[in-house]
Amino acid sequence: MGVLENKFQDNVIVASMDKLLGWARSTSPWYFQFGLACCAIEMMSSAASRHDLERIGMMPRSSPRQADVMIVAGTVTMKMALRVKKLYEQMAEPKYVISMGSCATSGGPYWQHGYHVLKGVDLVVPVDVYVPGCPPRPEALIEGLLKLQEKIQTERPLTRKTV
Amino acid sequence: MTLVEIKSAINSQFPGVIIDNEELGDHQLELNGDKWLDIATFMKEDPILSFDQLECITGYDGGEEAALQTRYNFHSMEHRHKIEIIISHDREEPRVASIEKLWRIGDWFERETYDMFGIIYEGHRDLRRILCPDDWEGWPLRKNYKGQELYHGIVVPKIKEEDGWE
Repeated sequence: MGVLENKFQDNVIVASMDKLLGWARSTSPWYFQFGLACCAIEMMSSAASRHDLERIGMMPRSSPRQADVMIVAGTVTMKMALRVKKLYEQMAEPKYVISMGSCATSGGPYWQHGYHVLKGVDLVVPVDVYVPGCPPRPEALIEGLLKLQEKIQTERPLTRKTV
Repeated sequence: MTLVEIKSAINSQFPGVIIDNEELGDHQLELNGDKWLDIATFMKEDPILSFDQLECITGYDGGEEAALQTRYNFHSMEHRHKIEIIISHDREEPRVASIEKLWRIGDWFERETYDMFGIIYEGHRDLRRILCPDDWEGWPLRKNYKGQELYHGIVVPKIKEEDGWE
C-alpha cells in the first residue's frame, strides 16, 4: 500500500478486493443445520448460549441454498450418503464441509463390522476440516471452525488462477 | 396361566402342532408353522389365552447347520401371562403366514425381520424393507451375509477380519 498511504481521509479504508472478500466470507460462514447422530448434540450445544457460535459469525440455516458450510455431524449410513451428496450439490458456491467426529471421518466404531456405514464422508463429498473426537467437545468444534475461517481468509477469489 | 396350561389349550385345538424341544426355556414354545395364522387367531381370540399384545418379533439365524427362525413374544394384559412362540423355516425359501392383520404392530415388526433375515411373511399388505435402502442387496443379519463392495458408485473399503485391531 506504499503509494496509497496517507492519501485518503481517516474514514476511508484501503484494501485489496481479494482480502476484503476473504474477510467478509470468513467472518460469517453460515452453517447448514442438520445432524445425523450424537455429534449433533454437541453441535447444538456449541450453537447454544454457553458456547454461542454466533460469536464467530456462525448461524444455522435450515436450507442448503442459504448455507456456506456443511457440518457433517455423526454417522453417515449408506442410505444417508446419497442424501448428503445431494444436499452438498444443492449448496451454492463457495461451499465448505466439516467432518465432525470419528464416524464422519472414518466410520468410527463401525469401521470393521458396520456393513451399512460409509467409511468416511470424504468418499462422497470433499472435506475441508476434520474434527477428531467421539463426539468432539464444543471447544474442539469451535477450533475446527476457526481453522476453516483461516482457510477461507487465505483464499483469493478474484485472483486469476494460473492454468 | 403356566406354560403347561397354554400348551394343552393350543394342543386341544390344534393337535400335533407343538414340536417337542427340551432346550427351550420356561416361556418358550416351538410350533409347526403350517397353520400359524389359525393358531394366532385362536391365541388372540380365545378368552382363556387372550394374548392381546404382540411385544416383539425377532429373527434368529443359527448358521448353516442350525435353524432359521422367527420368534414372537406375546403377552396377555388380561391374564398377565406371556409366551414366546418359535417357528422354524426352510433356509432356501423361508415363508410363514403374516399376523399383521391380527396385531397391527406386526406390520413394522415383520418388515424389519424381512429386512434383516429375508423371511417372507405371506399375506402382509406392504412387505418392503424398513431400515435398509430399497435397493440393498442381501440380508444383513444372516450368518452368511457378505457386505456389498459397491453401492451407487460408492466404494466400500474392505477391512480384513483376521487383521483385527492394529
